[in-house]
Amino acid sequence: MEYEEAKQKVIDELTKKQKSKSKFYFNDLSKILEMKPREAKKIVNKLVTDGVLEYWSSGSTSMYGLKGTGKQAGAEHEG
Amino acid sequence: MKHETPMLDQLETGPWPSFVSDIKQEAANRAKNEKNVDYQIPVDVCDDLLGVLELSFKHGRTHWKHGGIVGVFGYGGGVIGRYCDQPEEFSGVAHFHTMRVAQPAGKFYSTDYLKKICDLWDFRGSGITNMHGSTGDIIFLGTTTKQLEEIFYELTHNLNQDLGGSGSNLRTPADCIGKARCEYACFDTQHMCHTLTHEYQDELHRPAFPYKFKFKFDGCPNCCVASIARADMSFIGTWKDDIRIDQEAVQAYVGGELKPNGNAHAGRDWGAFDINKEVIDLCPTKCMWMDGKELKIDNKECTRCMHCINVMPRALRIGKETGCSILVGAKAPILDGAQMGTMLVPFIKAEEPYDEIKEVIESIWDYWMEEGKNRERLGELMKRQGFQKLLEMTGLKPDPRMVQEPRHNPYIFWKEEEVEGGFERDINEFRKYHQR
Repeated sequence: MEYEEAKQKVIDELTKKQKSKSKFYFNDLSKILEMKPREAKKIVNKLVTDGVLEYWSSGSTSMYGLKGTGKQAGAEHEG
Repeated sequence: MKHETPMLDQLETGPWPSFVSDIKQEAANRAKNEKNVDYQIPVDVCDDLLGVLELSFKHGRTHWKHGGIVGVFGYGGGVIGRYCDQPEEFSGVAHFHTMRVAQPAGKFYSTDYLKKICDLWDFRGSGITNMHGSTGDIIFLGTTTKQLEEIFYELTHNLNQDLGGSGSNLRTPADCIGKARCEYACFDTQHMCHTLTHEYQDELHRPAFPYKFKFKFDGCPNCCVASIARADMSFIGTWKDDIRIDQEAVQAYVGGELKPNGNAHAGRDWGAFDINKEVIDLCPTKCMWMDGKELKIDNKECTRCMHCINVMPRALRIGKETGCSILVGAKAPILDGAQMGTMLVPFIKAEEPYDEIKEVIESIWDYWMEEGKNRERLGELMKRQGFQKLLEMTGLKPDPRMVQEPRHNPYIFWKEEEVEGGFERDINEFRKYHQR
């Protein structure tokens, strides 16, 4: 899958689910991309570097979300 | 102090050093500011930290919120967002993020380096550190979002330092002091820890695992970093050949010229050293005995408990053919579910460039990344799918040394294709010989 195609697929799928949640596990992303985790990781890393996705971490677990979505950025005056 | 803290004050009355006293001391230092530091985060951060903790004690609930999206550019770990849910009353800790900084292998520091990181943290953080966190990192406690990139720049450009791991990453690998100071080290723990830390930078900084993953390196089975109890993958030094015995030194221990345990028990008179009572009878596999004045060891029965070597280090030494064992699946969660490591590779050479070891590591990761559920540690996956599956995925052969006791945990089962004729049988033929 080309990068642009993969990017659009991730954006579409995550946008669809925005109503119920804004943060996703890495596994959710590799399922969306229909790739083995190691392959998916390359794309996901690039999506983070390009500012499409952002990390969220509780300290013990990491998740991913579309940049700027969810409550936090506004709530903590960091936006 | 800025806030009344009667409950915290009680903690200081116990017999042990108190974190409350330490934080009060730092609060006073910051208020005085004798070094004239241009503090980049609120001066009263330590006062507010004590205040919010007192309030938590009063309410019986925490006043810290969730984690966060904070981090430094390109890194998915190393920074843990912490926010207070009482920011008006305790504005100094409204943002109180943690930074994990990779500790040097074996935790060797120069005082110059320690001063530099403390100065950096006084300047851009709360001044409160935790040396070290459970995983082994240097922990910087409490800074604001704006300071993160500044601190990261200073660490990476001027202090030759990197952030550690957090979240669903490879966590900062940790090792014992190894060959630098210890004669029991069967491999160079610091070199291996350092090399693999560099090799797996991507896994350390960009989270793609189902959950945390820890490497720990112990130079010998004394296991000073307790890898066997808490690392998903532990590397423990061992040897293949025989324990080296210096019979003269054995007699010197028996005669009292050499003190047992490196004289560690000198604080009290325990009486004359009794080799039978203190060494031979305590051997868990009973593989030692005295033949006249000679100490004998049946090495094939030795399970590397290290007791005899620890008691008589001048007389007994680790073998010459050294390497490490790899155990997998240990975890030590705070609430429940602690699990010890299971032997996966009984012996492997631990030499540069560690290619064989990397193969094992990567096969484990491939398996766990594909099959592991969200927030499932490797040890839990092993339990769920069975050890046989792990062996298949890593391409390793079952070995008796993987079994704790005979007839106790027979986790290797025959598969139909491995049995001649399969599992189907002619029932009439069977009944000819066996009545119902």
